Amino acid sequence: MTELFTILIATVLVNNFVLVQFLGLCPFMGVSTKLESAVGMSAATTFVLTLASVCSYLINNFVLEPFNLEFLRTISFILVIATVVSFSKMYIEKTSPVLYRVLGIYIPLITTNCAVLGVALLNVTNSHNFFQSGLYGFGAGIGFSLVLILFAAMRERIAVADAPTAFRGAAIGMITAGLMSLAFMGFSGLVTL
Amino acid sequence: MEFFIEHIVIIAVLTLSGLAILFGAILGAASVKFKVEGDPLVEQIDALLPQTQCGQCGYPGCKPYATAIADGKADINRCPPGGHTTIQALSDLLGVEAKPLDAEHGVEAEVKTVAYIREDECIGCTKCIQACPVDAILGAAKLMHTIVESECTGCDLCVEPCPVDCIDMLPVDQPLSEWHWNLPPATREVLGSMKAGDLIGSDRANPDPNSSAETTKSNGDRAA
Repeated sequence: MTELFTILIATVLVNNFVLVQFLGLCPFMGVSTKLESAVGMSAATTFVLTLASVCSYLINNFVLEPFNLEFLRTISFILVIATVVSFSKMYIEKTSPVLYRVLGIYIPLITTNCAVLGVALLNVTNSHNFFQSGLYGFGAGIGFSLVLILFAAMRERIAVADAPTAFRGAAIGMITAGLMSLAFMGFSGLVTL
Repeated sequence: MEFFIEHIVIIAVLTLSGLAILFGAILGAASVKFKVEGDPLVEQIDALLPQTQCGQCGYPGCKPYATAIADGKADINRCPPGGHTTIQALSDLLGVEAKPLDAEHGVEAEVKTVAYIREDECIGCTKCIQACPVDAILGAAKLMHTIVESECTGCDLCVEPCPVDCIDMLPVDQPLSEWHWNLPPATREVLGSMKAGDLIGSDRANPDPNSSAETTKSNGDRAA
């Protein structure tokens, strides 16, 4: 139990995928201009991360390892992720057309979000079991959501602030992201795995 | 085991093909199950439009206009009967910027109106009945017409065809349920209408560089 909790804290705060490991920066910069779409993107990414993490664990343990096909890991994980993303795209399109319209092109972009593949591969490297894999993916998703929503909220305020002309738009966003990353360095050493 | 090692390429190809077929089947089933019929967004937009069917937007009715908005062919600011409240609701739904009503398609009525037929002047020509998009006018040829007030959307379309000009647009009393506070003017507008020196603080509220020089000057005067 303690170990599971440690994994959660470690992935959400200490080894945050975006601000500490620098994975998944594309949606972090791309979808953070509006809080509403950031929340939608966070939910979609968390869902995909958890599901992809579990699915790739199953594929790795029950298909690849019995046949000694570890060298196919990357390509089969990409296959799994693409399937999960397409599935969630169809699901969102059916259940929430407005969210679908807001997220638009970003849903297929989750496929190329390297955090998703990163989680799947790190699960194998750290030899996580089934529950640990799911929790690792979920923790990564929560961590991603946390920083994306915080960042989007900040950018909404920065957009109406009088930043000097040279810093407006992406530039001040990059600086903000850098400062957030510095702040998250403060969590290192909070949990030791 | 030896078989596995010798034929590793074949096994790899077979495994990947198997996985691809499996995932393809899952996605195929999902695309049947989650098939989107029509565009649900059109329904949501249509629900926000006032359903006057007046055609002032340039489309034959509210539903065609909703379809055009969903396709991105029409802007959201073409509905005079809905006015700024409809534009605001549409911009919230679609996540786009709200803009003022397009004057090309008419102006928003100050007050809500309904049509009223001065019945003793009506000659019973039925022209207004044909013009009414919501069937709010009762009557028959050579008989007096009248308007069902609760159905009338105040679209003005019946005024034009009347040969004896016996239709008036009368304002309706605003019911308590539709009453709302007048919003205070936006802060920027208030700041913009102030002269430099009225307010101590940032000169950035006023983008005009001359006025910031003025502010500095007046501050200098004050210091002196």
